[in-house]
Amino acid sequence: MRPTQAAGTTTGEAFQDGNVLAGPFREFFTTDLTTATGTCAACGRAGPLAELRVYTHAPGMVARCPECDAVVMRMVRGPEAAWLDMRGTTALRIPLPGE
Amino acid sequence: MARAAVSGRLTGRLRWQTATVEDVRDETGTARTLVLRAPDWRGHAAGQHVDVRLTAEDGYSTQRSYSLASAPGGDRIELTVQRIGDGEVSPYLVDVLEAGDQLELRGPVGGWFVWDPADPSPVLLMAGGSGVVPLMSMIRTRRNVGSRVLFRLLYSVRTPEERYYARELGPGGAQGGLDITHLYTRSAPEGPRRPPGRLTEDDVAAYGWPAEFAPMCFVCGPTGFVERAAEILVAQGHDPQRIRTERFGPVGG
Repeated sequence: MRPTQAAGTTTGEAFQDGNVLAGPFREFFTTDLTTATGTCAACGRAGPLAELRVYTHAPGMVARCPECDAVVMRMVRGPEAAWLDMRGTTALRIPLPGE
Repeated sequence: MARAAVSGRLTGRLRWQTATVEDVRDETGTARTLVLRAPDWRGHAAGQHVDVRLTAEDGYSTQRSYSLASAPGGDRIELTVQRIGDGEVSPYLVDVLEAGDQLELRGPVGGWFVWDPADPSPVLLMAGGSGVVPLMSMIRTRRNVGSRVLFRLLYSVRTPEERYYARELGPGGAQGGLDITHLYTRSAPEGPRRPPGRLTEDDVAAYGWPAEFAPMCFVCGPTGFVERAAEILVAQGHDPQRIRTERFGPVGG
């Protein structure tokens, strides 16, 4: 069951899921990060980044936890740099495929 | 083996490349398949997508993600695009683009919503509307590699006219070990079949796999469909770890 929404959350707006982060991430990471397991700093949920809720209306992308709706990641792509704010994520577990 | 090949394609920094439209095929009145030649294409895994970037004369550019519909093979790839009425990108791709035109794409990307042909588990594919596109890549890949993995497709669509890949997923396109069920939500063909309506627990119980078969489940479609399908699967005892979802939203089109 989903917890009651806190004020100011964006539930109800159209969102995509973390699968859409795959391309933007591959601009600066050399491995696919959507299969990485992220831990939400707000509620502790751990799951693949592919399952995050992604909002792209802002200039950039905002990814929220599917469990508690907290912002876990923000990404803005400028002409000369990308800015990645991950204060809502406590840890990332990145699978390394065996050789 | 296959796993190593896939992971190899998922490494290294990715660049935009220019693809040329070779052919276009109408799927429905509002959806079209684009056959593209991408000279730098190094193959893909079933279920992956590309980002398409359009740039206007004044330099304004915008991008969207589109799933690959084709199985990997050579430098030809196929995307099927649904026109979103007031969208910025899809009306151009569906109505304007023609053979010989070029567009920029980046891919393949995404490692989560991917079927691994080396995995012997049975597969349940659940599509809502245009969500059938990446699942079609899985079906075509299964056929091309001669896989005997058992597949079931539940394809929920409003009307028979709105089906994608009607010939390939119709009676003439049968593959051994692939069961196809169309579920109509608005109007169904004549006959003593299921009345039109949204996906139900009974549909999934009748046309899916029992949870004890431990299938891999791939669910793709609009958010409402995906969440409903995933809830039903979990309620029927499927392991949430084996349910992979991809939401197709008309976000900006």
